[in-house]
Amino acid sequence: MDDSRLIVDTKYFTFTNHDRKFIFDSGESLPEITIAYETYGVLNQNRDNAILILHALSGDAHVAGVYENDQRLGWWDSMVGPNKAIDTNKYFVICSNVIGGCCGSSGPSSINPLTKKPYALEFPIITIFDMVRAQKYLIDHLGIDKLLSVVGGSMGGMQVLAWAALFPDRIQSAIPIATTLKHSPQQIAFDEVGRQAIMADPDWCDGNYYGLKIPQRGLAVARMIGHITYMSEDSMEKKFSRRLKDKKYSFSFMADFEVEGYLRYRGDSFVKRFDANSYLYITKAMDYFNLSDEFLFENEAVRDVRFLVISFNSDWLYPSYQSRAIVNLLKSKMINSTYCDIDSNYGHDAFLLEVDQQSHIVEHFLTNTHNLCKKD
Amino acid sequence: MQKRLDIKTDYELIYNMIEPNSKVLDLGCGDGSLLLNLVKGKKIQAQGIEINEVFVRKCVEKGLNVFHSDIDSGLFGYPDDSFDYVILNQSMQQTKKVDFVMEESLRVGKKVIVGFPNFAYLWARMRLFFKGKVPITISLPWSWYNTENLHFLSIADFIDYCEVKDVFIEEAFYLGKKGLVKFLPNLFALNALFLIKKKS
Repeated sequence: MDDSRLIVDTKYFTFTNHDRKFIFDSGESLPEITIAYETYGVLNQNRDNAILILHALSGDAHVAGVYENDQRLGWWDSMVGPNKAIDTNKYFVICSNVIGGCCGSSGPSSINPLTKKPYALEFPIITIFDMVRAQKYLIDHLGIDKLLSVVGGSMGGMQVLAWAALFPDRIQSAIPIATTLKHSPQQIAFDEVGRQAIMADPDWCDGNYYGLKIPQRGLAVARMIGHITYMSEDSMEKKFSRRLKDKKYSFSFMADFEVEGYLRYRGDSFVKRFDANSYLYITKAMDYFNLSDEFLFENEAVRDVRFLVISFNSDWLYPSYQSRAIVNLLKSKMINSTYCDIDSNYGHDAFLLEVDQQSHIVEHFLTNTHNLCKKD
Repeated sequence: MQKRLDIKTDYELIYNMIEPNSKVLDLGCGDGSLLLNLVKGKKIQAQGIEINEVFVRKCVEKGLNVFHSDIDSGLFGYPDDSFDYVILNQSMQQTKKVDFVMEESLRVGKKVIVGFPNFAYLWARMRLFFKGKVPITISLPWSWYNTENLHFLSIADFIDYCEVKDVFIEEAFYLGKKGLVKFLPNLFALNALFLIKKKS
């Protein structure tokens, strides 16, 4: 297997407000914006084999492969790579870190060139549309006129839908997975509890903790809540049941149950790689996202986009009915689309874990879309 | 679900009913073979609806647009007269709310093709009359406890239905063991295929 492993590196694209005008939805702007991205495979001569992958809340540009000096596999390595569903032998794959993030793209932890200090809460509030507008500049920069597809799960799926709404003439197809046209009150509520956990941490200091102690308890709790919503009752039962870490109760508030230990571990490892302020910004962007009603169709060119909508029947964070709402909207305009509700018990995590069924559909859909655009 | 009847015959009939370049919705499209033939041979714009995930994947393999859904909720969202044809071949009698599905099909389709097994077929009647048992025939191959059919009807029943609901029957084909049946179809046909539309 190792010889087929992709060795990749992260690249950076920086633009200033002079090169490319960029006004955030909030009305604010920044002197310059950087986007961290990775690419895999080769752009063909017709430049029609490029696929943009959009990551979820805690993802980054490292979608597949490994770095030369870091064997950490990309977050969707099971789906992206040579001879995989999104085949890097055939396609030129791009993945970028969202703005507002903390993995190389401009975000609250980036240095403000004017003050030479991290932006912290001076960073503009971002929206999913802002993320996508920045990605569009990256795609311009890479010289790609039309992407074969935009693909993403969860918040990545929101970006997919935002691409279809904002720049439909720049995409052949769209694959929104385990996502929604808008956050429900329940989804907003979970995000708000996560944000409150961070902001209630005394180390948060109104976001000015850079160079000091980070609000790790708050961020860890936020992540723990997140992880509960990513699993299903069934997958938790299978994974942990009521199993104890040591054979008996400790009669204390130590982590007795495996599930407690797992959540604590997940929380603690998350704080090492993720910025608490980015967590606030990105969850807020998800909560603001709303493409329901007719807004998806503002640009007429969306009628020529092929859609593949995927959901998972045990996902209760982004339940299948939210994907069906996307499908019903597409039906109302007779837009070419396919929908599959994949049988899985992984819950929302299924979009990362349910590889076989998902691969099959995505692979064939991409092949067919590519064949169609060759005919055009 | 397998169809024991010579599938080619009803597929051929449906194939011939459909005008080239039309928009076709197949409700319960299975693995998409019929739609694929229509795409290749008649350049139709195809959309399938299928409940079985394995079949959904087969359709995606073929490059067809398909929705993973049951038929009862699958028609929701389409504007009126979205399709030139809506196909309900061997699937109408398996829906929960036939009346609703038929109304919806006639709403979104300019024409509807309905195929169903005839419950009043001679051997079905014989089995019921002489043995006192629920019919099992070539077109109704299942036992009462494992059939996917929720509704049982005869050709005469369907014709009555069309009259009551103000539906115009444009064409009707009756299929027996060895091809088309012309004489007393409600007695000798295993399957029926109707091309219907709203009376305007």
